[in-house]
Amino acid sequence: MAKSKTRHVGRRGFIKGAAASAAALAAESRMHATQDPHDHDHDHQAIPSDVALRVKALESLLVDKGFVDRAALDAIVDTYETKIGPRNGARVVARAWVDPAYKKRLLTDATAAIAELGYVGGQGEDMVVLENGPKLHNLVVCTLCSCYPWPILGLPPVWYKSAAYRSRAVIDPRGVLREFGLELPEDAEIRVWDSTAELRYLVLPERPAGTENMTEEALAELVTRDSMVGVAKVTLSKPGGTA
Amino acid sequence: MNGVHDMGGMHGMGPVKHEKDEPVFHAPWEGRVFAMTRVVRAGGGRQNLDNSRHQLEVLPPEEYLRMSYYERWFARLVDQLLKNGVITQAELENGRPSPDSSKAIPAVTAEMVPVMVARRNSARRNVAVSPHFKVGQRVRARNIHPTGHTRLPRYARGKTGVIVRDHGVFLFPDTNAAFLGEKPQHVYSVKFTARELWGNDASPRDSIHLDMWDDYLERA
Repeated sequence: MAKSKTRHVGRRGFIKGAAASAAALAAESRMHATQDPHDHDHDHQAIPSDVALRVKALESLLVDKGFVDRAALDAIVDTYETKIGPRNGARVVARAWVDPAYKKRLLTDATAAIAELGYVGGQGEDMVVLENGPKLHNLVVCTLCSCYPWPILGLPPVWYKSAAYRSRAVIDPRGVLREFGLELPEDAEIRVWDSTAELRYLVLPERPAGTENMTEEALAELVTRDSMVGVAKVTLSKPGGTA
Repeated sequence: MNGVHDMGGMHGMGPVKHEKDEPVFHAPWEGRVFAMTRVVRAGGGRQNLDNSRHQLEVLPPEEYLRMSYYERWFARLVDQLLKNGVITQAELENGRPSPDSSKAIPAVTAEMVPVMVARRNSARRNVAVSPHFKVGQRVRARNIHPTGHTRLPRYARGKTGVIVRDHGVFLFPDTNAAFLGEKPQHVYSVKFTARELWGNDASPRDSIHLDMWDDYLERA
């Protein structure tokens, strides 16, 4: 315990902060239960189990200080849970499939073409669209952090931010795709795009055969999030859980 | 910095776990951390996106790997609030404002959220800077090991590729993260063959594209 305290509190400000906010929680819970107030080092080591309470304590403090409006937090969470997500990107893809002039604009000036449909904002300021074909498959990753085109795909899923995906997408893209159930032929070319700068990438998947008579709205329903990151193809029978 | 965040090409991280019908946030606290981080950024102070990324990179590697994504964000958030003087150590420990603190006015209200999320905050800079390279040119990623923030992954350093696109002029993250200026310069999409990066066991058809600033590149 003493060793842990020296390491966390002595070395880094942010760990000091995390430990201290555990202390705030400990202080709060003393009102409800008998608890040793010196237990906070232990709390810090148990981050996964008490993080929800520590986040709550921080939010209360920021609200009490007048720095945070709780309703604003609610609105931000609601925005990314219900308004900004992969349905936006699906509409871009479906429009490109039915409107060749739009597709041309999308491939030459993606930011402007996506803004035509009303999708603008943070982490989508400078967009690039990559077109997949029968023998060409594009795959997007951010090996250094979690860069992802928020306005059209929403916030990234856990797998996209995982060490497994970030480490392997660049060195073993075919193996990663196989784990997503996508086996590409040997003679197909894979282009991996590591989002190392502020460009954000959207894959324009191939339009599946047999969809010639479908409306733009029905086509958009087929387009999955995974197909727009490049770990899946769009199929007529949309597999569950990949939206 | 040559940190554990620079994961491209590492082994031993296991299979990619794909979750069916994954929620945006797996628990309410994740959403609160995300939202508080956005509000704090909107509140100004000495901060920028590159510095913010670096705050995650300097987490001790064993912590970085153990923490979930939003646990990292929470550790960074607490640190930024303390560093920018929004809260004090004493307030964090007591869980309530100190008696002598004045009440602030929230930088973001619910009504402002739609405008905030739609706001463009591009790193593109409309300044006349000459490109050092042109499309089609062969270039080598510099073999450099900056100890601060950089967006040049280790796996590409010293490797040779071809410029396939000039994205225009953007601020430079290495200096911006350290508050040493924006140093605007051209960013290119550079194509490296999989075999150049990973050797002859890699597919002869595959390639990896990285976005690279002029300062990361030299003539090949």
